[in-house]
Amino acid sequence: MPLEPILTAEQVLANLAEIEPAYSPQEARVEANRCLYCFDAPCIMACPTGIDIPAFIKKISHGQLTGSARTILESNVLGGSCARVCPTSVLCEGACVMLDRDQAPIKIGRLQRHAVDHVMDNDIQVLHPAEKKNGKKVALIGSGPASLGCAAELARLGYEAIVYEKSEEPGGLNTYGIAYYKLTPEVSLKEVELVRQLGVEFRTGVEVGRDISLAEIQATHDAVFLGIGLGQTYRLGIPGENLPGVAEALDFIKHIHTRPLNHIPVGRRVAVIGCGNTAIDAVTQAKRIGAEEAVIIYRRGEADMPAYAFEYALGRKDGCAFLFHAAPVAIEGDTEVTGITLIRTEPDGRGNVRPVPGSEFTFPCDMVIKALGQEKQVNLLESIAPGIALDRAGRIVIDPATGQTNLPMVFSGGDAVNGGREVVNAVADGKRAARGMHQILGGEVVEGPIQTTRLGVSGRPLGSGFDQPVRIAETSKAAFGTSSFSTHF
Amino acid sequence: MADLRCNLAGIRSPNPFWVASAPPSNTAYQCHRAFEAGWGGLVWKTIGEPIVNVSSRYSAFNHNGSRVVGFNNIELISERSIETNFREIRECKERWPGRAVIASLMTDTRENWHDLMKRSLDSGADGVELNFGCPHGMCERGMGSAVGQNPDVIETIVGWVKEVARIPVIVKLTPNITDVTQPAMAAQRAGADAISLINTINSITQVNLDRMCPEPYVNGKSTHGGYCGPAVKPIALNMVQRCAESPHIRLPISGIGGVGNWRDAAEFIALGSTNVQVCTAIMHYGFRIVADMIEGLNDFLDSKGMASVNDLRGQAVAALSNWENLDLNYKRIAQIDYDKCIGCNICYIACEDGAHQAIALKSPEVLGIDQGPGRLPGKPVPEIIDQACVGCNLCSIVCPVDDCITMVDVDTGQSSLSWQDYQGKVARGEMAAIPPHH
Repeated sequence: MPLEPILTAEQVLANLAEIEPAYSPQEARVEANRCLYCFDAPCIMACPTGIDIPAFIKKISHGQLTGSARTILESNVLGGSCARVCPTSVLCEGACVMLDRDQAPIKIGRLQRHAVDHVMDNDIQVLHPAEKKNGKKVALIGSGPASLGCAAELARLGYEAIVYEKSEEPGGLNTYGIAYYKLTPEVSLKEVELVRQLGVEFRTGVEVGRDISLAEIQATHDAVFLGIGLGQTYRLGIPGENLPGVAEALDFIKHIHTRPLNHIPVGRRVAVIGCGNTAIDAVTQAKRIGAEEAVIIYRRGEADMPAYAFEYALGRKDGCAFLFHAAPVAIEGDTEVTGITLIRTEPDGRGNVRPVPGSEFTFPCDMVIKALGQEKQVNLLESIAPGIALDRAGRIVIDPATGQTNLPMVFSGGDAVNGGREVVNAVADGKRAARGMHQILGGEVVEGPIQTTRLGVSGRPLGSGFDQPVRIAETSKAAFGTSSFSTHF
Repeated sequence: MADLRCNLAGIRSPNPFWVASAPPSNTAYQCHRAFEAGWGGLVWKTIGEPIVNVSSRYSAFNHNGSRVVGFNNIELISERSIETNFREIRECKERWPGRAVIASLMTDTRENWHDLMKRSLDSGADGVELNFGCPHGMCERGMGSAVGQNPDVIETIVGWVKEVARIPVIVKLTPNITDVTQPAMAAQRAGADAISLINTINSITQVNLDRMCPEPYVNGKSTHGGYCGPAVKPIALNMVQRCAESPHIRLPISGIGGVGNWRDAAEFIALGSTNVQVCTAIMHYGFRIVADMIEGLNDFLDSKGMASVNDLRGQAVAALSNWENLDLNYKRIAQIDYDKCIGCNICYIACEDGAHQAIALKSPEVLGIDQGPGRLPGKPVPEIIDQACVGCNLCSIVCPVDDCITMVDVDTGQSSLSWQDYQGKVARGEMAAIPPHH
């Protein structure tokens, strides 16, 4: 019997409601008033897009929401989605000095959302394209966060920006690939609309390499930005992988975002392979749309999982189970999934794990979701952009100052370059590439919006330019136990 | 347990906490509630020819999320009849003989002042307070602050009242005047028994920018209200101390203005008040706040080994002096406790832009400080430049962490030198003039 939807649309909607609802105006003011308004605030330094956080928070406390959103969006056009999906506890909030005083950082993400929602909900336009076009044209391949960040910056610098997207809707993973309870497609599409209002053109349903070649695009554009992200989920390479009932995590999440909420098939016992943040998105949503049991299967230990501690905590809170030190051997079933056979693993002493001979067992389930990480798009790149330099992991190599690849006037950023990081990193990459193009095409060097919090002070902040969040200790503090053979059922 | 009993010009109360003449002291019902909560005395809402009030009446100054940092009102004196007020005072006095009940009075002619004074005596009130301070409404009719701003008129009216008074007469002073000791001395000349201060300050708390009209809003208009609450305490303390330190004023003082807790009260008493009166804090939180005030003052007096609240009275008055008597050779500088510093660097920008450029931002490695709170890779921390620090206190004031920046004494090796001394010595050629700063 093929998988079927389990819950009604109302039930699913309730279960997928935002885990962190919007602040009321008073809640926001109270929280905003906690902010100390640091000088050269570490939160700014911890934000890849360098939003002047104390400035936007001060504006909230003064009831100046439009100005607050302007400060945010000038630095990060996807400030609304970043407010919802950023792992703030290891970025801005992880750097907040209040951790040292009160153990409770300012809730920067929620405040940011409060401000950006104000202009989004009221259709207040705070960003504007350049008054005069410079006559130059840039094509952007892919419409995810990196391209949106790049296109918005280009439009504000006077460029004509055209985005090519193979899907029907723009937005990339922001529209299709993030847990529904964090970011709905509506929010993502509103942000796309914001970029469109800056004059950026979106050509959806156009696949570069199939409908149009990159060379053709290059011939009519001054520069190209490759914001192609990552590809398919890695294959398990085990028997049964092609059975109906075996899904890729991103496809499963995309169904939730594209189908009516009572039309999303899900198993009653769901096994999710992998333990990254996408695996958590998949397992929690499987549980929330009706799975009676949803289990993460991970070949390493609890302490090794790539998922953030707060994501792990959410999975536990949702009642998902975590089976550590177990690796899949085969997916069982003839016409549909009936179970997954696993083998125990143990540390091999060299930082990896090895199977424990004879420890196979079968976990009965009717759905398997693969969340093993995404492949680099090596083949695609080699066919559309022959000669482009890739590193050994298949990531596009760029000049870190400008975002330019080894191919002249071909730039890149986002997951295709960094191998898969946060939305905010992609936006920052896109912005960098736009400024790089501008510089190479003869424009002036763009330093980014003026930080009002350091007006009157010459030079750059002494501590600026960190790529990494600052208080790594905060991340480890939030981590869970390190028992290597824990099984939670 | 310290002795909190106090005696203001013969008016005794079990503690120094009185409800001020204001909305909370409008009725017998409120008076009963106040005394049940533990208030030592209550000054009745000002009695006079009944008035008519407007709607609305109050407004507040809120700051950074704190409500009622300051408060103002445009209410007038009692809107109840003179008979009702005095009948209820009698009731309260009969039910609470151990507490002080004071009739606050406001009227115009000598005859009317005599009448109110006599009725006060008949009611059994422990004293009267003459309202020469109310800065709105009544002053337009020649009463309230219109009286309080004119020492001659004060003297005349107090004289009238004293002609028939057999109980202590307190004169309530307005702060809307340049030198508060002038009306205080006028009251004293006419035989007043005590002064109470401050009444409310002329104010506009906020402007509604949509209506382009200040609050409180009365059908398209507003009026200047009387300002009170926590924000006025520094002004009130200053005026109380001015009266307390004056060698010409011997009247006991009832301190008023922003008292909300035991510490505020202790400060007023240390600057010369015999007792304190409270209104805004009650309007915000109710009569119940007196329990904490009593307990807090008691604990404080015990901690200082003071047997009675009277031992505290005036203890800080003499520390206030004219600027010319301050020691020019005293020096203190700021010191940062790096175990507490969280790295907000607010001290840096405050000093840099707002004061004397005496804080530098340095890398923790340069300073030789280990990792700790506020220390992030590459993030600078503040360092006091001792030579540039003038000891102004600004950094320690703005620092959000308790005891992180402290001011420490620096031994200059020089003996005390006041401006007075300095002028004399330079004139006598005993020392060279101190060169100006570059």
